[in-house]
Parts: sequence; structure tokens; C-alpha cells
Amino acid sequence: MSLVVPNTGLALDAPAPIGLGEKIWRINWGLTLVLTAIAAIGVVALYSAAGGRFEPWAARHAVRYAAAFVIMLLVALTHPKVWLNLAWPIYILSLLLLVAVDVVGKIGMGAQRWLMVGPMQIQPSEIAKVAVILVLARYYHGLTKEQAGRMFYALPPLLVIMVPVALVMVQPDLGTAMMLLLGGAAMLFVAGVRFWMFFAAGIGAIGCLPLAWSFMHEYQRKRVLTFLDPESDPLGAGYHITQSKIAIGSGGLFGKGFLKGTQSALNFLPEKQTDFIFTTFVEEWGMAGALVLLGLFALVLLWGFSIALRSQHHFGRVMALGVTAMMFLYVFINTAMVMGLLPVVGVPLPLVSNGGTAMVSVMFACGLLIGVNVYRDTQLPWKR
Amino acid sequence: MMRFRKGDGERSGLFTRRALLLGGAQAVLLSALVGRLYQLQVVETQRFSTLAEENRINLRLLPPSRGLIFDRTGQPLAVNRNNFRVMVTSDRGRGAEVLVDRLDQIFNLGEAEKGRLVRELRRSRNAQPVVVRENLGWEEVARVEFNAPDLPGVFIDLGQTRDYPEGELMSHIVGYTGRVADEDLAGRDDPVLQLATMRFGKKGVERSLEDELRGRAGAVQVEVNAVGRVVRELDHTEGQPGSNALLTIDLELQRFVAERIKEHQSGSVVVMDVVTGDIIAMVSTPGFDPNAFARGITAAEWRDLLDSPERPLNNKAIGGVYPPGSTYKMVTALAALESKAIDPWTRLPCAGFLELGNIKFHCWLKGGHGSTNVSEAIAASCDCFFYEAARRAGIDKISDVAGRLGFGRISDLGLPGESAGIQPSRAWKQEKLGKSWQHGDTFNLGIGQGYMNATPLQLAIMTARIANGGYEVQPNLLLASATPREELAPPRPREKPSAPSMHLNPQNLAIVREGMFAVVNSSLGTANNLRIDAKGKLLEPQFRFAGKTGTAQVKRITERERDMGITQAMLPWHLRHHALFVCFGPYDKPRYACAVIIEHGMAGGATAGPIGRDVLVETIKRDPSRTTERFRKMASR
Repeated sequence: MSLVVPNTGLALDAPAPIGLGEKIWRINWGLTLVLTAIAAIGVVALYSAAGGRFEPWAARHAVRYAAAFVIMLLVALTHPKVWLNLAWPIYILSLLLLVAVDVVGKIGMGAQRWLMVGPMQIQPSEIAKVAVILVLARYYHGLTKEQAGRMFYALPPLLVIMVPVALVMVQPDLGTAMMLLLGGAAMLFVAGVRFWMFFAAGIGAIGCLPLAWSFMHEYQRKRVLTFLDPESDPLGAGYHITQSKIAIGSGGLFGKGFLKGTQSALNFLPEKQTDFIFTTFVEEWGMAGALVLLGLFALVLLWGFSIALRSQHHFGRVMALGVTAMMFLYVFINTAMVMGLLPVVGVPLPLVSNGGTAMVSVMFACGLLIGVNVYRDTQLPWKR
Repeated sequence: MMRFRKGDGERSGLFTRRALLLGGAQAVLLSALVGRLYQLQVVETQRFSTLAEENRINLRLLPPSRGLIFDRTGQPLAVNRNNFRVMVTSDRGRGAEVLVDRLDQIFNLGEAEKGRLVRELRRSRNAQPVVVRENLGWEEVARVEFNAPDLPGVFIDLGQTRDYPEGELMSHIVGYTGRVADEDLAGRDDPVLQLATMRFGKKGVERSLEDELRGRAGAVQVEVNAVGRVVRELDHTEGQPGSNALLTIDLELQRFVAERIKEHQSGSVVVMDVVTGDIIAMVSTPGFDPNAFARGITAAEWRDLLDSPERPLNNKAIGGVYPPGSTYKMVTALAALESKAIDPWTRLPCAGFLELGNIKFHCWLKGGHGSTNVSEAIAASCDCFFYEAARRAGIDKISDVAGRLGFGRISDLGLPGESAGIQPSRAWKQEKLGKSWQHGDTFNLGIGQGYMNATPLQLAIMTARIANGGYEVQPNLLLASATPREELAPPRPREKPSAPSMHLNPQNLAIVREGMFAVVNSSLGTANNLRIDAKGKLLEPQFRFAGKTGTAQVKRITERERDMGITQAMLPWHLRHHALFVCFGPYDKPRYACAVIIEHGMAGGATAGPIGRDVLVETIKRDPSRTTERFRKMASR
């Protein structure tokens, strides 16, 4: 139990503000080491995907990681109050960018997921993932347990999740929509939304499936169908899954060896540097390599849970768990997809797949996570 | 009211419970992933390894078969022939030397060839096949198949090569194909062009109709084993063969023309339909063998073709430029008539020369023609008349009329290698030579000499436009084209030109045509011997035609040589005059125009004239504008 002096708003056991040295000490350096190890595996896999060359992916991946690492540290050292105040502005900005990308995409024909800002390509859907985590954490920071359990209070966060989901579905980006939906649901769950509401939502979602089906693009329907029966179309849409399974399966326990993968070298694999990088890596390093990589990700998740549980403020807790859920969804959806357990929806493997915005957003989120640890016993005001 | 930790204990407890639940769920899902890995990489790894090593699914592009080219009567000019090739692939050049040594035992490749193959194999990414030998006979195919077990990665591939049944006769029109070069790719993103075996139109119609003839690539999904041998075909998407084309050329007439000018070293003939602009025949001698290009020309053959003084690779009918000489006098006459500087009755004197300042401009007839009107002047080709007519019309009017008749510009024919020639004007001389136009230049231009340069095609176009009553017909080589699924047939014959009018006075054109008729048919005509056919009889009425002779100076004749009485025949071949002749017929209802240039043929009337007459008479006899019925009969056979 904590002691509170009435009317002053100051907790008696509030620790003295910590200095910079203490903050740096509190950064989870072990976690950053694990992240760096994952990124290093990314460099190895991209080097191999390019046929044993640093160009065009591996070298850039390393440089990008170094930059993202600095961003992560800066984010981690920023006071959570700043994020509390910036949550809504960031969220609104991400919505505006999503609308902009939909409009530009309309003009540019086909699925466009990025905007050009100067020389930089930014994917607003990546910003949206972080923004939803921030807003939901802020929202539940201000609610009591009872409020969080009530249905009325579950409606605003539902809206917060569904608006960006609708915007990315238009692009159409099934992977991000799925991540926002599941990640948001995980945060609502830990924040205390009642079980029966999830059941109701689940049943409602099943009821809405036919409607969603009618809104899907032909290629998306085809993907779902071929996921259900990949052998039905081994040369069309099922080609990717079949080839990926062949590559992974032929890797065996210890893989074919570095730079000796035949399937990716012969271009049987589609998107070998982005969504299917796991396949490229596992073909050459086998189940042993896959377990090491998944083990590293599992370590990140463990760290995430422990940080979430140790935070003294609810904002930090929910945020840390949101980041952990996002990380989990990235890894699970991507690897399950390339192993034929989920339809091909286009989710990269964080820190391993080639691609700039996803790297920055993942490292930004990790920065938030570490920040929760750095400021774990800071006291944040919350409105009743 | 601000609170910090009131009630936080409750929600933190709930959070912890639920977070642990969520963590447990994630752990279960992650173990499911590990289970899946185990299933794929341990339980089923044998099956997948087999699939990976022996049954790789591969997508190959199938080059579409190239569209065929026919003459207007439906006779084949360019077709495809099956070509058996030995191809070899190896994974990043592994074992390339051993493989190439074994191939050497079968084909006697030689050291240079062996080196090339090893290099290409090492360089080839993604196990792309490399061509070892093309155009194999059955025996060689059998030997490769027999030795197949010792030759991993070697396979026989059936491709197509272009075959030109008429060879040299149609070489300049049909052209040939060759390997796809980098500049061919500009603006074309057809992936089939990346194939090593793909061919691309380089010259002639093969080039100008490239995008229609090529067709669309098909694709075949095959299972290949680790050494690239095709195990099984899974899926076959047919491409779309290229469109077939019917040319305006009448092959038999083309053969007649080529036969007729064979005796001369170098020359060209263009026969054109004056109503439709169809090119009925177009011969440039000497030609070359396009089949040599199709099967792969050797460096020595290529050098020979390039170095020959007769420029066999050059289509002189559209790319050779010559001073038109007296054949240009119709332009001068029209310009003078149109500007009303003279009328049909104006008579101008000729004393054998005209003086401008202290320069003497000679007439070809030493004593002069006396006084002539415009049609007599055309008939007798009096130079003095046209010096004066040109002076009166002025350079601006002449270049204007010449432009409308097609000089100084590239036509709509579309064949590569066409030259625009030179139609001089004030602006042209100022721009090219930085000098202002002089009266002497006008005099020279009046008789088609000086800066003036034209192609045989342009002379044919000029003649056609005069003959058809002043319509701006454009030359045309494509009669019809159709995809293999559609019927390929020539269009209905046309009787009236659809081209816009040149806006020249029809009466002036009629005067010029009269003059051209007199060239052949009156006693003063420079070519009145042509009214008699080869058997010494006068031409029958339907073959009566009009024409104009021309002799183009290659080397200026000096006053001294003139006095010494040096004749053309005494000069070496390459210094002799070019012989030119243009004509159209039948005179009463003009349908065909013909232009003949014999390089260094000395005199238009004597050398080029009889060829023009024979070609025109043969054309009128065959009347190719009505080949539709003949084509239908052939097609129904």
C-alpha cells in the first residue's frame, strides 16, 4: 500500500528525481545487445540473399540499424510525460498521413503504402502502430479498474483502433490491419476489458466475415483460399507458400550452409529480402538457426513483460505491454506466414527484413519500452 | 483533481494477471512455430530436400513466333524455320571446364570457342542457359541425346530462325533480324527481349514493323532438376504470335525489275501506284544475302559487305542521293507556270548557252534549240529554257513547289535508312554554308544540278504526284496486316487518291504531263526511241506512257575537255554521269510511276530509259493494283 497525503497531490514515498547517469545505468543494455544480435542476423541473411554481396541490402541494413539505435536511446531517455502529452498529436498526425497516402495511392493507381517526404520514404501505417499504442496507454492510464471494465469505456479505444484499421484496409494492407486489431485487443485485454466483450466481439467478427469477404480485393481472396488449400494452385498464388516451405524444409536441422542456399539463389523465392527473409536464413542455417533467431525474439518478449510488470505507473505498463504485443505479432505473423500457417499478408520480420520505416518504428517502440524501465518509478498524474 | 496512485493497486493486480495470461498464450503460439519448424525441417525434410534438389519449379519465357511477311499476291518473303540448338547451363560455372571438354569431343569446338563457353557459363547468373551450337542437323541432335548421361546441364532446345526464301531479291525491303542490342531496348519493356535467343528487326520491314511482328511471349512452368534438365512441364501459357504482314510489293514484278537491271553494276528502280502510293517494286543493286545474317554472319563476310564500293547494304532506292539533273525540270516548269512568270505559250530562245555576268551556262545541245515553249522545252530538255524559267520563277517559288512534290524531306514510308536528300533554298544555304543565295545557284537548280540532291524514291513520288493530278500521295509498303487468328487479305482496290491535294493548278500539271509525253512520243523528244518496244514495234495504245530523261553530272566537264571532245565512255566508271529516267503510264489514265537510276550509266535516255519503259510496260501488263482477285484465288487453293 502506498501512502498519499490528501489534497497535496504529492506522494510521500515519491523517489527523488534520478540523474542522467542513473538513467543510462537503467537502460536495459542486455536487451539492446539482443536487438543488435537480431539485426546482425539480418545483415547475414541479406548478404546471402544478394548472392554473397553487401550491396544492395546488407550494408544499408547495418547503417540503418546504427541510426535507429541512436533514435532508440534518445526515445528511451525521454520522460514519459512527454509521450503522455504527445500521444494524441502523434495519433492525429498518423491518421492524416494515412488519409494522405490513401489519396496519393488513388492517384498513383494500385496499392501505395508510402509517402515521399523529401528523399525519405515513410510508411504512415508504421507510425500508426506506435501511435495506437501511445493513445491506448494514455487512455487507460486515466481509468480506474471499474471504469476499464465497463462497456461504455471500451467504446473510445475501439474507435481509436478501428479508424486506422479502416484506413489501412483501404490501401489495402491486410498485415498492418491485422496487427493493429490484434495488438489493440491485447492492450484492451490487459487493461481490464471484460472477457465476455471479447467473446461478443469475436462472434460479431465471425458474423461480419461474409461482409469483409465482399470488400476484399480479388488477390486477397485468392490468398486466403490458397492458404486454406495451397496445393490447389501450386503455380499461381500458392507458389510463394509452396516454394517457401520447400526452402525451409530442405534446410533440415543444420541448414545447407552459409551462401549455399539453392532455392533463394535460383530466385525460386519471391521477396527474398523482405517478407521471406526468414526463409532465406533458415534454408542456410537450418532449424538450429531458426531456434536461435526465435530464441532471441523470445528474450525480447520476456524483457518486455518484465519491464511492463515492474513499471510503477499504468501508462508505462500498458505501453510496455503494447510494444511487446506488437513485437510478438510481427514475429509470429511473419514466420507463421512463411511456414504456411497463415495467409501471405505482407508483414516483415522486424530488424531482419530489408526496409527502413519498419526498422525505425520497431526501434522507436523498443525505445519506449526501455524508457518505461528507465522511468519505472516516476509518478505520472492522472485525471479522474 | 489530480491523483497518483489511488486505485492503482487494483488495476495493477488485474494487469499482472492478464499480462501473464497473455504471455502464456504467446508462449503457446511460439511453441506452435517451433513445432511447425520441427515438422518441416525434421519430419518432412527428406521430401522437401527432394523437391528442392530435383524438382525445382522454373518459369521459362517462350519466345513468340515472329509474324510472317508476304508479297501482295501472298507469296512468302520471310518465314520461320525450326532451329535445333544445344544449350548448356551450370550452377555458377561449377564443373564448366569438364563439361566444355566433353562438348568439344562431340562438336570440335576449338580453343577460342571453348574459352568463350567457360567464360559465359561462369558469368551466367541464375543458371541461365548458354548457346553452344545452333542450326543442328538430325545426326548432331542424336549424338547429344545419346551422350546425355555424360553431359549434365546440356540440352537440346527447339527455337526458330528467320528464313528469307527470296534472299537477295528482297534483301533491302524485308531486311533482316539480329540479336537484341541495348539501343533496341529503349522504350520497350517487353521481358521477352531479355532472352538470349530472341531476335530483333535490324533493317527494312523487319525493323519498321518490329513491334507488330514480334508478338507476345508465352510462359512455360517446368520442373527442372538440380542440373537444369527439364523433368516435366506443368503449365503452358501460349504466347501470341506476331502479326503477319502483306507487303505492297509484287514479287514477280520485283523479279522482272531485278532481272532487267542485272547488267548494270549499281542502280535502283522504284515502281509506285500513283493512286494509293503502294510501292509495287523497289530494287537496289547489288543486294546482300539476308540469310547470312539469320544464321549468323562471319566477321569476314561483314567486312566484305561494308567495304564494297557498290554499297550492297545500302538501299539506294531510298538512301542513295543523286543530283536529279533534267528530271527536275518538271519542278522548274511547274514553279514558273504557278508563279505566272511564264504561260504555256511563252517561248524562250536558246543559242546553246546563256551568259550571267561573265559566266557561261551551257545547254547540252551545242548549237542550241532555238525558241521553244514549255512543253517543247521539256521534250527536248532544253537547258537554256529552264535557266531562264528558273530565273523568272525565283528560288523561293521553286523550293516551295519542290517541297510540295516531296523533295528535301523524308516520306511516310517508314523504312530505316531513308535519306531526305537536299532541296536547297535561301534559308538552307544560309544555314548550311553561311552564304547568301546567288543567281547562278538558281540557274543550276533550274536544271537539277548544283546543291540539289534527291533519292530515287523522291523522284518516283514527284512523278506520281504529277501523274495523279496533284494529290500528295505518300509511299506505302504495308498492304495489310493481321494477327494469325484474323484473315490476312489485301484491301479493295482504290480508284481515287485519298491523299490531300497539293493545290497546284491542274492545267499546269496537264501542260507538264504533255511535255513528258512528248519526251517519249514526239520527234523532238530526248527519248523518242522508247515508243518502240523490244521487237521494234510501236507500243500499243494502253502502254503509251510519258517520261523524262536525266543525266546527272558526277564530275564537272571543263571547257578544255569539252574542246578536246572527251566523251563519257572514256572516263573511269566512278567518274561517269549517272543515268536517270522517270516515267508514268498509262498516259490516258495514269496508274503507275517509275523512277530509274543507273549509277554512272552515262546517259539517261540511252541507259535508264529502256529499263524504265520495259518495267512500266510490264507493270501495266500485270496491273498489280488489281491483285485482290488473284490473291483470293491463291488463298482458296
